[in-house]
Amino acid sequence: MTTPVLSTHKLNKSFGQLVVARDIEIALPRGVRYALIGPNGAGKTTLINLMTGMLRPDAGSIMLGEEDITKLEPQARVKRGLVRTFQINSLFPDLSALESVTVAVLERRGDAPVWWRELPAYREAAGEAYDILKSLSLGDHAYRTTRELAYGQQRLLEIALSLATKPHVLLLDEPAAGVPKEESQGLFAAIAGLSSDITILFIEHDMDVVFRFASRIIVMVSGGILLEGTPQEIASDPRVREVYLGGAHHG
Amino acid sequence: MDAAARHSVTPLQYFQSQARWTPLELAFWLAVAVVPFLLFPTHLSLASQIAITALFALSLDLILGYAGIVSLGHAAFFGIGAYAAGLFAKHIWGEPITGLLFAGFCAGLVGFASSFIVARFKHLTLIMITLGIGFLVHEIANAAHWLTGGTDGLQGVRMWPIFNYFNFDLWGYTGYSYALIVLFVVFVVARRLINSPFGLSLRGIRENSTRMAAIGADSRAHIRKIYTISTAIAGLAGGLLAQTTETVSLGSIDFQRSADVVVMLVLGGAGRLYGGLIGAIIFMVARDQFSGFNPQFWYFPMGVLLVAVVMFLPGGILGGLARLTARFRNRSS
Repeated sequence: MTTPVLSTHKLNKSFGQLVVARDIEIALPRGVRYALIGPNGAGKTTLINLMTGMLRPDAGSIMLGEEDITKLEPQARVKRGLVRTFQINSLFPDLSALESVTVAVLERRGDAPVWWRELPAYREAAGEAYDILKSLSLGDHAYRTTRELAYGQQRLLEIALSLATKPHVLLLDEPAAGVPKEESQGLFAAIAGLSSDITILFIEHDMDVVFRFASRIIVMVSGGILLEGTPQEIASDPRVREVYLGGAHHG
Repeated sequence: MDAAARHSVTPLQYFQSQARWTPLELAFWLAVAVVPFLLFPTHLSLASQIAITALFALSLDLILGYAGIVSLGHAAFFGIGAYAAGLFAKHIWGEPITGLLFAGFCAGLVGFASSFIVARFKHLTLIMITLGIGFLVHEIANAAHWLTGGTDGLQGVRMWPIFNYFNFDLWGYTGYSYALIVLFVVFVVARRLINSPFGLSLRGIRENSTRMAAIGADSRAHIRKIYTISTAIAGLAGGLLAQTTETVSLGSIDFQRSADVVVMLVLGGAGRLYGGLIGAIIFMVARDQFSGFNPQFWYFPMGVLLVAVVMFLPGGILGGLARLTARFRNRSS
C-alpha cells in the first residue's frame, strides 16, 4: 500500500474535562473524496483545526506524506499543500474577489514580499486568479468587493482562495453551510469537478450530498472515530443509524 | 469597484486602473507645490511644518491604515530621527541629505529591533506595547541630558545649504521646498509599495490575518517589514523637523505627538494614503488658527471635530467624500 497523503496517529486534544479528539487515526489516500460526518459537537471542526495547525494537539502526530508536520505553523502546512476552508466565511471583506485570490496566488508563488514592483507587472498571477474565479463561475463577479457578493458566491470564494494555494489536500469545513439546498448541489458539483490529484475531506450535514459526492465516509462521535467505510457500509450500519441518523430520519 | 466597466475589463487592466495616477492626484500635488508660495508666502514655515507632519502621518498610515497595526508610540521614531539628524549636524557635519538619510536609518534600525515584538501581538496588547515603547524612548531622551539637552532641547544645530547652494532662509522658502520634495519622493515610493504584491498582502492582513495564515502567508514577516519601513519614514520626518528648525525639543518625541498623528490620520481617513496628508493640513491649519485667539482651548474644537468624524464618517473625511461621489455617480448614470 502506498503512503497516505495525510494521516494522523493517536491524536488527542482536550479542553479541560472535555475530550474533543480521542485517539484519532486517519489515513487519506491520494485523490479520494472523504466525507466527515457526525452530530454537532462530535469534534469535526476541531479535527480540521488540529490537522491544519490552528490548534495544537495534546498528544499524537500528523503526517503529510512522509513528513511529520505536527509542530509546523499553519502557514508552513499550507506551503506544503495542506489547505482548509472555513465553516463561517473567513474572507477579506474590503478586497475584491480578484484581489483576494491574487493575494493567495502571489503568496504561493513567493512574490508577496516584493514591494517595489506594481501589480500590473504580475499579469500571469492576475490571470491565474481570474481563471480560478471563472472555473467556479465567479468570473462575472471578479471585480466586486467581497462584502457585496451574495452569500453563496462568498462560499465559492472560500474555495477559490484555497485552490489558489494549489493544495494536495483540501479540508472543507461545511462548504455549503448556510447555502440553500438547490444551490448546494451546484457548489458540490464544483467541488467534485476539482482535479483528481487533490485529496478532499469535507464536513457536511446533508446526507443526500454526502452519499452523492463522497467515495468514503468517516463518522465521528464525541471526539472519537466511530467507524469509516464506503457510503453503502455507513448507510447500513446500525450504530450509525442509532447515533447519527436517529432511525426516524431519512438517510 | 468601478461598476460600469465590470465586464469588459481584463484582470490586468483592472490592476492597471488601480495603480494609475488620477487627475485629482496630480492637481493635489500641483496645488501644494504652488499655492503656498503664491498665496501664503509669509506662512511658509507653517507649510513646511505641515509637510513634515504629513510625512509622519503617511508613515503611520502604512502600518495603521494598510496593515491594521495601531500604534500610540509612533513619535518615538519621529523623535529618534529628529535627534539623530540634530546630533549628526552638530557633531559630524551639517550636510542635510546625508543627515536626513542617517535619521531615517537610525529610526528604522530601532524600528526593526522592536518589530519582532510588535509582530507578535494584536489589539489592546499591541497598543500598550507601542505606547510603552513611546514612553521608554521619551524617558531615555529626557534622561540623556548630556547628549540631547533634555528639557532644554538640543541646541547648536547648524545646517549647511542644500547642495551647498540653497540656504535655509528665515522665510522658509528652502525649508518648505525641501520638506515638500522629500514628502513627494517618499509618497511616490509608498504609493508604489501599496500597489505592489506586498501592499496587497498587507491589506489582506488588515482584513483578516487568520485567513492570511490559511493561504500560506507569513504575516509576521510582512508586519516586521512594513513596521521597519514605516519607522524609517517617521525618522525621515523627524529629521526634516530638526533640520528645518535647527533645534530638537522633547516635544518631538512625546506622547502628544503620537496621539496627534493618530487623530490626523483618522480625521483624514486611514488606508487612503492621502488621508494622512489631508488630516495633517486640517489639523495644523486649525491649530494655527484656533491657538491664535485661544491657545489653551484649541483642543476643544478639535475634540468636537474628531468625535463628529468618527461617528458620522467612519472612513474619515476622504472616506466620506468617496462615498458621496460614488452616490452622485450612481444617481447620474
